[in-house]
Amino acid sequence: MSFSDEEIRQLDAIIGHYPDRRAAAATAMRVVQARRRWLSDDALADLGEYLGVTVAELDGIATFGNMVFRKPVGRHIVLVCDSFACWSLGYAELRAAVEAELGVGMGQTTEDGRFTLLPIVCLGACDRGPAMMVDDHLHGPVAPDQVAEILGGYS
Amino acid sequence: MSSRPGLPGSSAEDRPFTRAMRADGRPATLDDYVAAGGYEGLRRAVAELKPPEVTSLVTESGLRGRGGAGYSTGRKWSTMPLGPDAPRPKYIVCNADEMEPGSFKDRFLMERNPHLLLEGMLLAGFATEADEGYVFLRAQYDASYAALQGAIGEARERGYLGEDILGSGFSFDIELHTSIGRYICGEASAMLNALESQRPNPRARPPHMTGAGLFSRPTVVNNVESYMAVPAIVRHGVDWWKGLSITDEGGTKIFGVAGRVANPGCFELPMGVPMRELIEVHAGGMLPGYALRAVSPGGASTSLVGAHEIDVPLGFATMGEVHSRLGTGTLVILDDQTCPVGMTLNMMQFFAQESCGWCTPCREGLQWMAALLEDIEYGRGRPGDLEVLAEGTWFMESDKCFCDLAPGATQPLESALRLFPEEFARHIADGGCPYRRHSSDAPAAEAPAAEAPVLEGTT
Ligand SMILES: Cc1cc2nc3c(=O)[nH]c(=O)nc-3n(C[C@H](O)[C@H](O)[C@H](O)COP(=O)(O)O)c2cc1C
Ligand code: SF4
Repeated sequence: MSFSDEEIRQLDAIIGHYPDRRAAAATAMRVVQARRRWLSDDALADLGEYLGVTVAELDGIATFGNMVFRKPVGRHIVLVCDSFACWSLGYAELRAAVEAELGVGMGQTTEDGRFTLLPIVCLGACDRGPAMMVDDHLHGPVAPDQVAEILGGYS
Repeated sequence: MSSRPGLPGSSAEDRPFTRAMRADGRPATLDDYVAAGGYEGLRRAVAELKPPEVTSLVTESGLRGRGGAGYSTGRKWSTMPLGPDAPRPKYIVCNADEMEPGSFKDRFLMERNPHLLLEGMLLAGFATEADEGYVFLRAQYDASYAALQGAIGEARERGYLGEDILGSGFSFDIELHTSIGRYICGEASAMLNALESQRPNPRARPPHMTGAGLFSRPTVVNNVESYMAVPAIVRHGVDWWKGLSITDEGGTKIFGVAGRVANPGCFELPMGVPMRELIEVHAGGMLPGYALRAVSPGGASTSLVGAHEIDVPLGFATMGEVHSRLGTGTLVILDDQTCPVGMTLNMMQFFAQESCGWCTPCREGLQWMAALLEDIEYGRGRPGDLEVLAEGTWFMESDKCFCDLAPGATQPLESALRLFPEEFARHIADGGCPYRRHSSDAPAAEAPAAEAPVLEGTT
């Protein structure tokens, strides 16, 4: 098993929040992903062994959720809200500005591994639309000419 | 009514949801919260009331679920088994998924007033003799998570949470759970599967969740705002709560306005406030150069309300008069320069993408409807398409689908066809969209909107 002592410590801590090891699987995936950024086949196999869950069950959850990454992603995740509220407030312009700044399209990672750009359903920030998130920071409303400065803050 | 919440001269006490919030926008601390009368409801309950009496207060208050469906909160609680023979542990689950497009009140509430949620869940736990609470948060609500985590730490330290709360013998604790992300996880039974780390398809009912819910134990699931309403009801009583509203539904509510208005945001106002007042007074009215064409009143699964109907009072009963629902009570405004067909397409693409795939009308039908709308928007529409769309809404009524996602998905479409028939017809007749701002997710290279100048008021 490839988990570090720190990962084992964190996994054991969250397992204690659920009645059994199996029920901790979704949160356990998030814990491992938070440290490794994405879940490789090996990581999933190790997690299955540690929790007593089959890899197929884990992948059934992983592929259902849009925030579990089964492929490598960049150091920062950029989410551009595509809800109808942001759409009506300038989503198309914001998305175009982000894509131009990063030089990649939706679902892609910049060559330097800095950013992965993903679509996201409503961020619950309609009153601040058009909105985007970079990692755990919400930005909004974002004018297209503010994109370069915002993204420049993430190395 | 000079003391109406939201108007000058009203007292802070009449704003139970926002009263403890700090002016600097940071989460209210335990001290802020207690200074604003916080945890008095819990103190009263554990000292003076029996569990079923708390449930009775909530039932008599008329409180209805604020996650969209509007079911009586007290009646739901009253179906939880009580007494020494009830299965244990029993659970209180808070639905903080808020992924429905156009819903933006729970984030505001949790980021600014986290202790109010804890107290509401504690009272639900006391009323139903539950043992354990979970807050199910959507993946992107990091700020809400941090605010709640801080509040839980403070509450445990000061004896409001954990063993033997305030020396009363009542024990209850709350854990935070972050979703792996998918709209269907907000459907209450799918949420329980997600919490158990099962694949989050909805569950068949019966059994009802209060009989066999999380880990097959009795479980109450309510929305963030529903729990947050309870502390003031327990503290000040049913008559006070009923006196807050304009209509007879009781209380205040967090309403929101987004779109091209002067002052978008969330506002605590009495239940029954007219939609027009919310938009024109509290949200400052439309920005210069824009006119209101329609309103999505409470999330993408509520029917659009036309400009001629906005004098409707915002309440559960009254919204039916304009063929819609209160939903989450957060308004998104469709202005006269935004394409109603394009907006409907955006919503339908969302629902098609988020279908969990369990039942056929939803899994297959929503894709078809989205594809048809896309054809109409991009100039490939044909005569007869509108009839097919209208028929499709029939196929997705609730008696034909396993959960409410698909029936909800048809509501904006059905209402757009009813309110804007000439817009749809014009798209078909003229071979595409006449508006500049219309393409929801065409690739950037092809998107005409990407080159269009930014409209007045976007920055
Ligand atoms: C597809 C779908 C998504 C939902 N999402 C949410 C949500 O994010 N938050 C919420 O409170 N209720 C949501 N609901 C409603 C819940 O199923 C349930 O009615 C609600 O959590 C009950 O709480 P309440 O009675 O306090 O409103 C959703 C329902 C469906 C069908
Ligand atoms: S209606 Fe849609 S979301 Fe609901 S169970 Fe059926 S396929 Fe899943």
